[in-house]
Amino acid sequence: MDPLKQKLIEKKASEVKPPVTIIGPIGWARANLFAGWVNSILTIVTLYLLWKIVPPFIKWAFFNSLWYSTGTECHKAGGACWSVISKNFRFMIFGFYPHDLQWRPLMAMIILVVLLFYSRNRNHWKKPLAYAWIAGLIIMGLLMKGGLFGLTTVESTQWGGLPLTLLLAIFGLTAAYPLGVLLALGRQSRLPAIKTICIIYIEMIRGVPLISLLFMSSVVFPLFLPEGVNVNAILRAQAAIILFTAAYIAEVVRGGLQGMSRGQYEAAESLGLNYYQTMRLVILPQALKIVIPPSVSILISAFKDTSLVVIIALFDLLKTTQSVLSDPKWMGFSAEAYIFIAMIYFFCCFFMSNYSRRLERELSTSN
Amino acid sequence: MTKTNTKVHSDKVSFWYDPGKRSFLYQVGTLLMVGLLGYYLLSNTLSNLERQSIATGFGFLQKEASFEIGESLISYSAADRYARALFVGMLNTLLVSFIGIVLTVILGTFIGVARLSKNWLVKKLAAVYIEIFQDIPVLLQLFFWYAFFYEILPSPREALNPFAGFFMSNRGIVFTVPVLDQTHIYMAVAFIIGWIFIFFLRSWAKARQEKTGALFPIVKVSVGILIGLPLLVWLLGGAPTQMDVPVLEGFNFQGGLNVSPEFSALLLGLVLYTAAFVAEVVRAGIQSVSHGQTEAAMSLGLKPGLILNLVILPQALRVIIPPLTSQMLNLAKNSSLAVAIGYPDFVSVAGTTINQTGQAIEGVAMIMAVYLCFSLLTSAFMNWYNKNIALVER
Repeated sequence: MDPLKQKLIEKKASEVKPPVTIIGPIGWARANLFAGWVNSILTIVTLYLLWKIVPPFIKWAFFNSLWYSTGTECHKAGGACWSVISKNFRFMIFGFYPHDLQWRPLMAMIILVVLLFYSRNRNHWKKPLAYAWIAGLIIMGLLMKGGLFGLTTVESTQWGGLPLTLLLAIFGLTAAYPLGVLLALGRQSRLPAIKTICIIYIEMIRGVPLISLLFMSSVVFPLFLPEGVNVNAILRAQAAIILFTAAYIAEVVRGGLQGMSRGQYEAAESLGLNYYQTMRLVILPQALKIVIPPSVSILISAFKDTSLVVIIALFDLLKTTQSVLSDPKWMGFSAEAYIFIAMIYFFCCFFMSNYSRRLERELSTSN
Repeated sequence: MTKTNTKVHSDKVSFWYDPGKRSFLYQVGTLLMVGLLGYYLLSNTLSNLERQSIATGFGFLQKEASFEIGESLISYSAADRYARALFVGMLNTLLVSFIGIVLTVILGTFIGVARLSKNWLVKKLAAVYIEIFQDIPVLLQLFFWYAFFYEILPSPREALNPFAGFFMSNRGIVFTVPVLDQTHIYMAVAFIIGWIFIFFLRSWAKARQEKTGALFPIVKVSVGILIGLPLLVWLLGGAPTQMDVPVLEGFNFQGGLNVSPEFSALLLGLVLYTAAFVAEVVRAGIQSVSHGQTEAAMSLGLKPGLILNLVILPQALRVIIPPLTSQMLNLAKNSSLAVAIGYPDFVSVAGTTINQTGQAIEGVAMIMAVYLCFSLLTSAFMNWYNKNIALVER
């Protein structure tokens, strides 16, 4: 009798494990990487491409790289020059904000991060949180601008870098949300004049690129104002971002409103609620809950879209990086600098989209 | 008791509680407010323009542009009018949008299918691609590719040459193209005629199938016609095989088709960014068709090709088309970021025009009008197409 059979007889059926080719790493690889010849070829080709790309990249990014050196040393070395970031870090993050006062935007960003982290938990979504956000936004504005409580005033022309990017995105969304909800209600309204105005506004804004609105804010908007009134460039860009985002929010909210069943309206009517009460107490609380995940997607795209202010020469994160790169000392290291800020954008957006996905799961099960 | 109540209500409704009058008042109020705001802005603008002595109107379009445009599909020189310069910009926008949309749909479908692959490695790579390219601003990606062309790629002398007749350098991409011959134009005509013929063939095949039940191998015949007809014309035209091969002369390439670094960077950035979104759309569309549909089709005895054509695709496309349209429009709108990397698209030319003439309002209005028209036309076409698909579905 051959040894294998002997072994099998000695053990009970329940003790016999499946062969190693089915379970464990080999079995996994067989099922997921080498199932059939098409799959095997696909795996081998992919592995070959990865082998061509990944090791040289690691060599460039880590082994041959310089992390804290001057530009001239970098030009001699063959690898990545991360020094372009470490040497210019503060300028890239804070822009032209006065050097000694940079703790203030830092504090503002920390407050924002704390607020965001606290708001992640849905159990905290109560009235005090709303007040905390309002207070937080005011404190952030105060920290940036100064002028009160002995803080030196910093003109908004000196704002820049990451705080400006975050400011444009957060304030943009906060201000655009109520406007968007109003537009969505207007679009669903039974009054033809109001409905038409809202439809024209929403479709027009959604049909044009953000950059045309930014152009408008920088060259046409000053013409709209009476003589002698000047609004600074950041506020104008902020207004353009708000007007733009509001149209997209309106469409998202409209989706939520359309998701409400007719019975909800009828029930509210039979209780004798008027339009305002129906919307505030019955429809909007439910509709807005449905649209939370897509609203986070809008926040993500608003955050990414703030980078467009580069084109009207505001010093956001992307522009500060570009101005470092235009310095002859650091010319030619665009890849490193862009990879660094791409990582900043990526992590912010990645956390937001992950959160949105989690929220979607939670909200759908709780219904 | 009820009698008196109804009497009070029906006889005399106070002015404020009559829904008809109230909605009328609201609407008049809103219109009045919008009108007043418009009037306020307009009067400010007019007085500002008067003070700065800027003439309004589109008269400036007939003046000499006196600026050069780097690349143009039609002949253009600085002596031409603004109108022609803007037209050149518009053609460039259309060109990059069209090529971009075609490439995006191909790449996005490919990645979306890869995302659902049974192969673990391919599936994960597709997921990583989607996550990375979605979460980085498209403008940053454009800057990156622009820097890639100008800083990382070598000069033409050491140009990368991944395969014969294809060169990548900091002057852009150069590749071999056939020398344009009269025959090529006839081939294009043959191709279009082929499409028209297939269109009629399809409706004939469908009518025949509905009458007799006999299947016609429409896909095979279509492919045959589309390849065969131009090939036949090519052979009849004497089979011209002369190629325009790029050759390094001095500091740059001569011959071949040269694609500028700006155009390449713009196209690469837009396609890679939008393809990540299209991939998600395609994945969602495929997943929306439950596996039971495939099983049902199999149990009816349909062949795999027919299952895809008759069961899966019609249902998946219905889910895919609307978000796909909005992604295409996004690509077209994002092509306006060309202004940041110096590709002369419509926005960039209009920006130069605004700077030179000071006609800010007209310039911005033209930018908005062009994109609005483009958006409306595309969504009109897509709505029509969408309706067709919905009809086919029954």
